[in-house]
Formats: sequence, structure tokens, C-alpha cells
Amino acid sequence: MSFKHKHILGLEELTAKEITLILDTAESMKEVSERDIKKVPALRGVTVCNLFYEPSTRTRSSFEIAEKRLSADVLNFTLSHSSVTKGETLLDTARNLEAMGASVIVIRHPLSGAPWLLAKELNSSIINAGDGSHEHPSQALLDLFTIRKIKGKIKGLKVVIVGDILHSRVARSNVWGLVKLGAEVRVVGPPTLIPRYIKKAKAKTFYNLEEAIKGADVVIMLRIQMERQESVYFPSLREYSRFYGLTREKLKGADRDVTVMHPGPINRGIELSSDIADDASSVILDQVSNGIAVRMAMFYLAASAGRNQ
Amino acid sequence: MAKKVLMDSETIDRTIVRITSEILEKNKGAKELVVVGVRTRGVHIAERIVKRINKLEKIKPPMGTLDITLYRDDLRRKTEWPKVERTEIPFSVEDKEVILVDDVIYTGRTTRAALEEIMDFGRPSSIQLVTMVDRGHRELPIQPDYVGIVVNTLSSEKVRVHLKETDGKDEVIVKKG
Amino acid sequence: MSILIKGGRIIDPSQGIDGKGNVLIENGKIKSYPKTTKKYEGDLDVKVIDAKGKIVSPGLVDIHVHLREPGFEHKETIRTGCESAAAGGFTSIVCMPNTNPVNDNASVTEYILLKARTEGIVNVFPIGAITKGELGETLAQIGEMYEAGCVGVSDDGMPVMNSKVMRHAMEYVQAFDIPVLSHAEDKDLSGSGVMNEGEVSTQLGLTGIPCASEDVMVSRDITVAELTGSRLHICHVSTAGSVRLIRAAKKRGVKVTAEVTPHHFILTDEAVGRYDTNAKMNPPLRGKKDREAVIEGLKDGTLDAIATDHAPHSEDEKKVEFDLAPFGIVGLETALPLSLKLVEDGALTINQMISKLTNSPSDVLNLGKGTLKIGENADVVIFDPEQEITIDRESFHSKSKNSPFDGWKLKGKVNYTIVNGEIVYSG
Repeated sequence: MSFKHKHILGLEELTAKEITLILDTAESMKEVSERDIKKVPALRGVTVCNLFYEPSTRTRSSFEIAEKRLSADVLNFTLSHSSVTKGETLLDTARNLEAMGASVIVIRHPLSGAPWLLAKELNSSIINAGDGSHEHPSQALLDLFTIRKIKGKIKGLKVVIVGDILHSRVARSNVWGLVKLGAEVRVVGPPTLIPRYIKKAKAKTFYNLEEAIKGADVVIMLRIQMERQESVYFPSLREYSRFYGLTREKLKGADRDVTVMHPGPINRGIELSSDIADDASSVILDQVSNGIAVRMAMFYLAASAGRNQ
Repeated sequence: MAKKVLMDSETIDRTIVRITSEILEKNKGAKELVVVGVRTRGVHIAERIVKRINKLEKIKPPMGTLDITLYRDDLRRKTEWPKVERTEIPFSVEDKEVILVDDVIYTGRTTRAALEEIMDFGRPSSIQLVTMVDRGHRELPIQPDYVGIVVNTLSSEKVRVHLKETDGKDEVIVKKG
Repeated sequence: MSILIKGGRIIDPSQGIDGKGNVLIENGKIKSYPKTTKKYEGDLDVKVIDAKGKIVSPGLVDIHVHLREPGFEHKETIRTGCESAAAGGFTSIVCMPNTNPVNDNASVTEYILLKARTEGIVNVFPIGAITKGELGETLAQIGEMYEAGCVGVSDDGMPVMNSKVMRHAMEYVQAFDIPVLSHAEDKDLSGSGVMNEGEVSTQLGLTGIPCASEDVMVSRDITVAELTGSRLHICHVSTAGSVRLIRAAKKRGVKVTAEVTPHHFILTDEAVGRYDTNAKMNPPLRGKKDREAVIEGLKDGTLDAIATDHAPHSEDEKKVEFDLAPFGIVGLETALPLSLKLVEDGALTINQMISKLTNSPSDVLNLGKGTLKIGENADVVIFDPEQEITIDRESFHSKSKNSPFDGWKLKGKVNYTIVNGEIVYSG
């Protein structure tokens, strides 16, 4: 087994083989979560710090459970958004955590590239829990894991990502992962929210939802940030929802067994009509438990690579 | 590299027959038995034992597989970490006689990990250990209950159990290191 | 003390000189080009510099430098900035007004010039602000600053967004015959951008600054210059669009000049790599086509000068998240070897390149520098264009080390920098 990444910063830097190894390892980790005693001693004595500059209870809890199931000691450090620009610098804060004995730092940060700064300057293993508009590898890996579980494969699937692609780290990580594993990726949203230079990642661009959805096996709906309508990206949520909200009607052109996914929490009636939201909810719950397994796999593999170096 | 065959295919068959009989004798039948094989080769030996029990007792005891990777005590030292495979114990071990099967016992550390993992699934009434080979050099106070063959080895030597399922043929060999 | 520079290749584009010869410096002035040197060689009052195999040219002129003093002395001071300039072969530098306080009145200008006289080792020419506090609202004390010694006005780093303010600034400077230097950027289009908008920014999830944000402003400034008939200088041109606009404007007879930085003709936005804050500057590093266009602009004369936009920042300020890092890199000590790369690549002749770093920038601001004419102040650089060097940030004379070129192997070593007949640097 060879996994060379002491830090897991993004799917862009992982090969298809490495991504598959994470997903396979997650399969084994999922079994641990099904036991009565959901705990194995693999990371006993390792201190993991969850350094969160954005309030994301879901992601942080998922990481925390994954850490605890591997018997790591967990240190939670949640800072307000405003502390990014005020007070102590990111590096000083992280160095402090290292001095407290953390050898793995999970970081969620509103600015793209923050985990790279830590990886460059610290000795700890850095796990990216979402940086700015850049990458959210654990979310994409659990999406891939869930798709593979439902569809039995990734290669050849038509996957549509809908919404604010421009600002979405989930979209970026998913595009990398899906393309590397051989899926056909389409992105769709209002032209203001689709980056003009997306070619490199090999995703096809659409501005019309029905067109994009034709024959789709999987539709990933992104959460729309309410504040975007105030910054001239689109006129109103109502109009956004009319053109890019998913309804039963618009879904007709998709594959009969189409799976609708959403990273949650859903804005019902805006991104998804209520009936589709109900369908998607069951997948969302699967994703929650898959998320723990995937994160356990990330820790195990990153720790193993850390040993190697 | 010098290689010596310790057991051939027929000897292995006979040993399984013997060990199974010993298990049944000691536990007075197979009613409370569950069999758990340690990945990878312990699983195939366990399957053979289950088959033999089934033939003799007309009972098929539940069988599970154990991947002890996440329980190893050497993860913090090992440079190359093994791939994690699935552990599958789809039954309760509560108050059962667990027959734990591995191919070779050496330092005893794998068995320690396996014992800890089984305990995480419940409280069996006993755990009994089967190994095809006991090559000595124990580092922990752990002894097998049923042994195929005891051999004196040097630490530098390698003992390998080859099975049809994984290696194409049945044999136990010792190689000079 | 006199200095005799012996046997070098003298290149002075201001006089069209390119040939082997000797230069005699006496009393701080260029005295003569003696045919023979024998009579000076035993003279204890004459320091003889053997320049065999080296180029002797007018000291380099950088019309875009941030000296940071007053206000940001932890980044650079007038003293260290001048030392950095001398080490890079520059004998005259022009400093931008975005200090604290802003150089928007004569007292700040006088402070800078006083400091430069007492602590500086190269010629320092200040630029005054266009508007008070560089806020883009009301005109700064342009006339008084001119009298105190400012050679032009600019709100560098803070573009004048209000076109009416820009129009009046351009009209007003005509009374003193100084140009308006424009940091051409539409702040609204740039938004919260931190690097070039393109494939790299998309991949890194960083907010992009589109080329259009420069092009729109260059276009406006040229239009206003045309309206007012005043002299306009476009700073740090980075886009193919700007080059095209300036080329067309020059053709029409608009009094526009322009400069480009070494980093914009050497690097592209790929240099940002994994969030390297030493590749963060404004305007940002652009794409391949833009880089080619600015080189073409230098070649055909659309771009008059090479200027460094030397922008020192401390280590701590740059070791942060990419979005939070300040824009800018140091450039004085890397400009010459990077410019020589253009010669090596065949984009410019050595004469053209030296011109872009001497007489041509001097002409933009009427500095009267960048020449070896007999009788002029002796500002000279002697350098070996072939000697290989490795850029080492630790050896910079600048207080700051923020350079993306650290570790680069280049050709071109500065041997002597002479200002007003004094050797201020030798290496």
C-alpha cells in the first residue's frame, strides 16, 4: 500500500489510484461504525486538532467522530470569522496548537490556500476541511463514496453539478475527483456563477438546467449563498429558483434512476422543490455516515504517509 | 534461498481433521461455537474447520473474518502501513466459545490485537486459539490451544503457510532469511 | 579623486555610443573618453578600474520604486532602498508617494529629499500624490510639491476612479510640465481580486482581477489625456490590451509613455503555484499572451521603460493567507539580470535594453539622467553581462526579501555603481 500524502489538501493533487484507495479504505472503516463499540485503537496517542475559522458544526462533528473512532485525542479550536484578519496570525495560532502536541491539524478556513500555508510551514500533518472557494476534499470524497455505493461505479457516469460553481469548493473538489475517476462532468448555473476559465478541469459548461440534466445519472445540487443576490450575481432568489431550482418536471430528462445529492443543509423550495428534497434527504443521511468512514480513511492514510517521511 | 517443507498437502488435511476433533471434544460439540479467522490465511483455515465441523456435527457454526490492522501495536513504528481490509463478524459473540484461527503464531502480537478486536464485539465465554504453526519466540504470554506443528526456528528464518485459496497449493515451508 | 574606467564596452544609447573605450571621471563629472590610458595608470590620484569584458553604461534609472519612508520603515528606508538600488546598478530612483503620511504636500517631499541627501547614496526623485491622501477626491498641493522637487504625480496603488478628478489633475499639471503617472485599474472590476483572472485563479479558488480592469482604465486615461493634451505615463503595463491601446494612442500622437516591470515580462500567473505570496503583486502576473505582448511592446517602442515597482514587504506580512498578503515584490536587485534575459532570448538588443533602463525612463520624467555625456554628473554602472549569478534573497541589500526569483540562476553581475563620481557599490 502506498499513499504518499502526509497532508490531504485537495483532490487536484491526488491520482485516481490514490482516490480509489481512500474509498476502499473507507469501506473497511464503515464496518467499525456498525459495531456496538465503535472504536479502534489505530491512532491512540495521536492528538488531532480541529482548527475551524468557520462555524460548521456538521463538518466539525463528522471529523471529531472520525478522530474519536480511531482513538485519537481531540482538541477543538473554533475561532470566529473575524479573527482571520484580527489578532493572532494563522501561523502563530497553528504553531501554538503544535506546541500543545497536535500532530494532525484539520483546518477549515474562509480563505483559499490557508491549509497550504500550514503544510509549508509546520511539521504537522494537515487535513483540509474546506478552504475558501478552493477545495473541500472530504466532502467530495464522501460524495464519490456515496455515488460508488449507489451506482456501483463512477466511470462513465454523467454527473451534473448545479449552482454557484464560481464560489464553491465542493464543486471544485468534485470536478477533480469525478473527472479523475472517469465520469463525464457538467456544470450548470447562471453565467455569473460559472467561472470563465473552467476548461482545464474538463467539465462541460451549461447555462440551461434542462439541457444539462439530459441523461444525467447523478445531480449534485450546491447550496446557494443567500448573500450572493446582493452582489449582482443574480437578481433575486425567486428568479434563481425559477431557472436553476430542481423540480420533478425539470428532472424528467435525466436517467430514470437519477440520484439527487445535496451537501446540505437544503434551502427547500429554492435549490430543490420539496418533493425532491425528501428524496434527496435519504441520500443525505447516508452521506452523513459515509462521511465519518471517509474521514477515518483520510486520517489513517495521511498518518501512514506521515510515518513514511 | 534454502527452503524446507514442514508440512505437505496431506499433512495439512490430516491436521485440520485432528484439530477439528480436538475442538469438538473440548467443547462437547459445536453448539456454542463461532469461528473467526484472522486475515488472510487464517480465514481459509477457519473455513476448512467450519466445513469439517459441519460434516461431523451437521451444524454450521457462524464464521467471521478479522482484519487486525487498526489494532496493531506497531503502527506508530512501522514505515509501511498495511491496507485496511474489512472485519466481518455478522453475529453476536456474547457468551460464545470463539475459535480464533491464524496461520502462524510467532511473537503473539497479532493474537493480542485479535483478542482486543474480538472483545470490542462483545464478551465471549471463552476464546480459543488455533494455529497451523507455532514457531516460538513469544514476546507476550499467549499460547495456542490447538497447534498443527511446533517448530524450532531462528528469528531470521521465515515460516510461510501456503494455501490453495491464496497460493495455489497447500504446504508449510521454512526459509532461511 | 578621479576614476578611470579602462577597456570596457561603453554603451550609451543617449549618444548612440557602442564601442570599446575608456571613461575618465573627474570632480564627479564625466571628463572625457581618453584614447590612451598610460598617463593615468601610475597616477596615485586616479583610481583605475579594469572593465575588460564588461559593459560600461549610464547608471540605471528606475522610475517606479517604493521607499516606504516615512511610515513603513520596517519594510524599507530611504537608506536601505538606496543601497538596494546601488547593488542593482541603479543610480537614480523615483519614489512613489504612498507613504505614511502620503507625499501629498511639500513638507513630506522636503523630508524625503533631506533624508535622501543625508542618508541616500543614489539620486532620489520623489513623485507627489495626485489627490490628497491618495483618496481620489481633491487635488494635492501639486504646485508646491513640484517646487520642492517632485518630478511627477501619481496615486500609485490607489487609482483615481473619478474621471473628472483625473481630468482636472491632467489639466493642472500642465502649468509645471510634469506628467501624471497612472496606476491604471478599475477598482470595481478588480473587486476583491488577488491575482490574474484565468485558469490558475479558477483552480486555486482565488478571486481574479481581469485584464479588462487595467484595459478599461488605460483607455479612460488615454481618452482624458487626449482631451486635455497633457503628458500621461502608464505605470506597470501588464496586459496585451493595454499595449494595444497605448500603441494606437502613440500613433495618433497622444503624449503617452509607459513602463513595464521585469516580473511582468518574465513571469506568468503560473508562478503563483501553490499560493506563493511572493508572486502576488498588483497588477498581477498575467497569462502567456500578455507576457508576449509586453515584450513585443518593449521591442517596438510602445513601452518606453523598464521599471521595477520595487515594493518591499516584511517576511511576516507575506507569510499569511494569500488573500491577506500585501501586493508587491522587491525588484531593484534583480532587474538587470532579468532584463538581460530579454537580450539572451533575442527579444531586445543590448542597446535597446540599456536604453529602456537609462535614457528612456529619464526622458519620461525629464530627469536629465541616464547619459554619459561629457560634462554631466558621473552616474555609471559597470557590469558583466555574461557572469552567472544565483539570486539569493539573503544577500539583498533591501530590508525586505520578498522576491519570487530567489534561487534563480541568471546572467549579469553588477561590478561597480558610481554616483556623482563616487563608487557607491562594488561587487
